Amino acid sequence: MTRNTIDQPQDGVIFEKSHRGRSNSCQAPQLNASETTAPLSIPASLLRKSAPLLPEVSEMQAVRHFTRLSQKNFSIDTHFYPLGSCTMKYNPRACNTLAMLPGFLNFHPLAPVETGQGFMACLYELQEILKEVTGMKAVSLTPMAGAQGEFAGMAMIRAYHDARGDTARCEVICPDAAHGTNPATAVMCGYKVKEIPTRADGDIDIEALKEAVGPQTAGIMLTNPSTVGVFERRITEIAKIVHDAGGLLYYDGANLNAILGKVRPGDMGFDVIHMNLHKTFSTPHGGGGPGAGPVGVSERLTPFLPVPMVDYRGDQYRWLTRKDRPQSIGQLSAFAGNAGVLMRAYIYARLLGREGMPRIAEYSVLNANYMMVELQKRGFDLAFPSRRATHEFIVTLKRQAKRLDVTAMDFAKRLLDYGYHAPTTYFPLLVPECFLIEPTETEDKETLDGFIDAMAKIQHEAETQAEMVRAAPYTLPSRRLDDVRAARELDIVWSSKE
Amino acid sequence: MSNAPSHLRYTRSHEWIETISDDTYRIGISDHAQDLLGDMVFIELPEAGSTVSASDECAVVESVKAASDVYSPLSGEIIEINEALEDSPDLVNRDPYGDGWLFTVKATDSSELDELMSADEYVALTNEE
Repeated sequence: MTRNTIDQPQDGVIFEKSHRGRSNSCQAPQLNASETTAPLSIPASLLRKSAPLLPEVSEMQAVRHFTRLSQKNFSIDTHFYPLGSCTMKYNPRACNTLAMLPGFLNFHPLAPVETGQGFMACLYELQEILKEVTGMKAVSLTPMAGAQGEFAGMAMIRAYHDARGDTARCEVICPDAAHGTNPATAVMCGYKVKEIPTRADGDIDIEALKEAVGPQTAGIMLTNPSTVGVFERRITEIAKIVHDAGGLLYYDGANLNAILGKVRPGDMGFDVIHMNLHKTFSTPHGGGGPGAGPVGVSERLTPFLPVPMVDYRGDQYRWLTRKDRPQSIGQLSAFAGNAGVLMRAYIYARLLGREGMPRIAEYSVLNANYMMVELQKRGFDLAFPSRRATHEFIVTLKRQAKRLDVTAMDFAKRLLDYGYHAPTTYFPLLVPECFLIEPTETEDKETLDGFIDAMAKIQHEAETQAEMVRAAPYTLPSRRLDDVRAARELDIVWSSKE
Repeated sequence: MSNAPSHLRYTRSHEWIETISDDTYRIGISDHAQDLLGDMVFIELPEAGSTVSASDECAVVESVKAASDVYSPLSGEIIEINEALEDSPDLVNRDPYGDGWLFTVKATDSSELDELMSADEYVALTNEE
């Protein structure tokens, strides 16, 4: 794509716009020295001796700088964002608006519970809703992100084995397609990781599992539907093998969207689950969150749930703390997790209701299968062609990489020029040159068709002008970044050139 | 098709093994493996003097795409590591069978060599993939 555009200057960081002594002179309050003296109650030792190093810019410079940066964002509100295994779906405005009601917003976590019964009622009901939709016995909302939920889950498995004096269990089994966080979590909790292979049809290798389990097995960590975008068909058999060996089953809730209101992890035999509310329950996602990763457990793990939890005894909602739950793995944050995010998830769940939840699963699966079939018709290779997709599916661009020397990364960068955020690339690791595509339920057919057309056009470009595709993107503020150099010569701290 | 020198032996997990003397062997990752992983950004090697068992994870190769474990094909003692990789991980990409070697093992059980593949067998495996 050639365009006669004028190169816009790079925005850089706001400090680069700073001029010493500049202030917003027409609007800023004009204070004299005595008025700027700090109150006497602050001890002299704590007072600054010099002015803070803040950027000195005019108000308009600041407004335009940050507005321009925000306009450069690829986000759900501006672009189709089919990032597989991340469930980037629309965050309904209603959830945000209602969670911002002053009554919710102004409840301080240290305030007497009598003054926050409404907020606590919402959290209690969210616990109940999540229990019901996952089929678990009890839920704690407190983990502040998916990774912390995973940590809480594995810490409970460890606490359970330890409480019974069964301390020889030192291994956790993970399939080779697992999210990287799974083995990392197991290691953080002091376990060794045993990897088992995935078969060509996408299910895990049951024979390898049978060989892997034993008295050393603390548990298995699974995502179902798995990260290859198919439902693990022999899950009850897997549960039996692991339980018979004395291990527990951990459910990574990353792909819960595909089965919401349809199948329950508790009924499949799982003992622990973490849920990413910023995925399945549509709270804001990306850029560091804030996330929310509640955990649910089966009967035998309930004593170990992290605190605080919300209890209801017929007349009042109250916090359950370590005093009430002495076997708890403890507290994971200062208060009750990202309470504002929990509130948004609660409102989302109430807006959907019991009847709405299965529709989430149905439409997310329908959208994924539509895209999968259409892309296959346009000549793309599927990684698991024998299987129906769940809410996401994998295209492999291995053939294009081999024959045309145009890789999945080149396709991904070129998609940006067409106005689509790239799908997840190069994950799961076991599929070469892969795209993991997850459209979610909130996209319309025209958007899905637009993406499919763009893929077909890039395929044509790859065949006719591969060089051009390899140098994409062309239309974004930054061209192809040198990710190798960025990783080898890490430079993440801005410093003034002055 | 990937390049796999015939004087080396190979594992299913894409390590190569070169015989240095009766009981010492040099280990690296294959051309096919480095090609799949892409540009290396970091290589974590075992400590010289440590002992390993066959199929133990003992090194990590990290590229822009992925971090991947390297398994020791043989049991024994790590006697030498390729320190040049600390500053130049790209040697693994540029010269996987030469300057991009990872470590040397003094093997305790040479019968483990029988488990390894010939170059022809390895190339057949990578063509299946």
